[in-house]
Amino acid sequence: MNLIDQTFSRLKEARETALIPFLTIGDPDVETSVEIIAQLEAAGADIVELGVPYSDPLADGPVIQRASQRALKHQVNIRSCMEAAVKARSAGVKLPFILFTYYNPVLQFGLDRFFDEVKKHDISGLIIPDLPVEESAELLRRAEAAEIHVIPLVAPTSKERIKSIVAGAKGFIYCVSSLGVTGERSSFYEGVEEFIGQVKEFTDTPVAIGFGISNREQAERFSRICDGVVVGSAIVRTIEESIPLLQNADTRQDGLLQIRKFVSQLKA
Amino acid sequence: MIQLPDQNGRFGEFGGRFVPETLMNALIELEEAYHRYAEDPSFQEELSYLLKQYSGRETPLYYAERLSKHLGKAKIYLKREDLNHTGAHKINNALAQGVLAKRMGKNKVIAETGAGQHGVATATVAALLGMECKVFMGEEDTKRQALNVFRMQLLGAEVVPVTSGSRTLKDAGNEALRYWVSNVDDTFYILGSAVGPHPYPMMVRNFQRIIGDETRRQILEAEGRLPDHVVAAIGGGSNAIGMFYPFIEDKGVALIGVEAAGKGVETAFHAATMSKGTKGVFQGSMSYLLQDSFGQVQEAFSISAGLDYPGVGPEHSYLKDIERAKYVPVTDQEALDALQLLCRTEGIIPALESAHAIAQVVKMAPSLGSEDLVVICLSGRGDKDVESIMAYTGGKQA
Repeated sequence: MNLIDQTFSRLKEARETALIPFLTIGDPDVETSVEIIAQLEAAGADIVELGVPYSDPLADGPVIQRASQRALKHQVNIRSCMEAAVKARSAGVKLPFILFTYYNPVLQFGLDRFFDEVKKHDISGLIIPDLPVEESAELLRRAEAAEIHVIPLVAPTSKERIKSIVAGAKGFIYCVSSLGVTGERSSFYEGVEEFIGQVKEFTDTPVAIGFGISNREQAERFSRICDGVVVGSAIVRTIEESIPLLQNADTRQDGLLQIRKFVSQLKA
Repeated sequence: MIQLPDQNGRFGEFGGRFVPETLMNALIELEEAYHRYAEDPSFQEELSYLLKQYSGRETPLYYAERLSKHLGKAKIYLKREDLNHTGAHKINNALAQGVLAKRMGKNKVIAETGAGQHGVATATVAALLGMECKVFMGEEDTKRQALNVFRMQLLGAEVVPVTSGSRTLKDAGNEALRYWVSNVDDTFYILGSAVGPHPYPMMVRNFQRIIGDETRRQILEAEGRLPDHVVAAIGGGSNAIGMFYPFIEDKGVALIGVEAAGKGVETAFHAATMSKGTKGVFQGSMSYLLQDSFGQVQEAFSISAGLDYPGVGPEHSYLKDIERAKYVPVTDQEALDALQLLCRTEGIIPALESAHAIAQVVKMAPSLGSEDLVVICLSGRGDKDVESIMAYTGGKQA
């Protein structure tokens, strides 16, 4: 059974909502990312999204763009991101990993080789924000064979597309909270509750929400209607603010603690 | 011939729609609106009126006699897109998309721009049609093209400097797409080249094919036959696809796209996507692309801001792979030499982009005979480039 499914069924029994943090791998360096992943788990994360830095991250706002730029400066690539998963696993991390990557790095890796490597590196799922359902048939076929879940994104503008997007979806459905790119925000799409309701009408797969969720209050609000809450930019910004601490041997633990504290207070 | 793109927006394996889900419905709506209005006689009537009375079409197909004699035996014609209002072919597409936006009831338009030509064209159309306009422009480019920034502001547009990534055209395109994702309800994105997600490559081609349609008619009138060679510069490829498209079925017409080799294709400083690129997904479509082995998009380089782009329109990639068109690189220096040659022989200052096409004909000329008929798409005028040419040559003439 895929680790993501195990996690959601465990949480369902416990009547808990999944906390799904995101981090950009290689920001500020891969070794630190591995340590941060361990902190995320300790802080109560249930699944973690490993962000592959990309030169042209269309779906991302300024915070994650900056993190990508920092990671790319020292040549972090899709392979080093997969290796980070294995390193975190060896360090004792148990939670499922989802690789968050734009499509082009996957394409250049070669689809067959990519799924072999994903499997080898103990990664359970994929999120590809620029691969809509119309373009994903070939990838989905291989993912299914490899038992890797491809998490589909559904937006408030999806409307009549929702049904076809969630049909046969595995793992969970990623609902985009707002029109726009990733980034912290104070208000969400006006009809967001109805939107989540519409998605749930068409699927029994768990439903998570993301894009802009940045504090405990927002996480709690969505915990009531969703099976999972994704927090990205707010964590990446906390990491960004902690970089001076992380890069000094004397204060490194303080930096890691700062990140852990921020994440643990998100867990409702 | 099968009509391309197919229903998924594919030209063979190229094209498609690789965008965040938030944009998918907007692209589908845009495609439906395009088909509805493109077949609507009143839309065509309004557009034809504006192209004629506002932009000054049709543009002449000019026999460049002194250039022809200078280069040898072949007869060379110039399709004078530089004589359009705002100085380039960009206005053809901006007017058409502007009218489409209005019909769709969208009163806000956005655009990306490199050197500023498409930004100026969009700002112009927005003023003409009474629409709000935001133009995204890389911060580097706003410095290099300060005059065009002011030009857009004068026309009532807001210019948004883009500070992400390399701060040039590709980042302006990314930022325009990001803005569109956030404002998709009331905003129309006037994309300036034959790139991006479906339906843009198809739509821009169809709005630019007037270049090739006129050329075909004009050369038949002037010479009683079709040309042997049609040559156009290619960055994203909108003037080239507009020029090539009506000739695709005419197998006797060689189609030659000229890309920017910058300091040379053997250096790291070029924009030669066709010569040096590989297949990949960039800004919403599958096409050739300058990238590293991990799929990170590389920065392009060219003296011509309009060609300084690491991608290329998907239909060009298709025409390359089926060998219907040929794509060749021309360096900064070759383009500058050709620019000065055209100034001296014809009294026409071409845009640096168009100078690449002229340079290719300079290179071909020795192998052409007196029976050869050549058409060059003179996509824009060089007024915008005078400053950068001066800076490059140190104010000296060749």
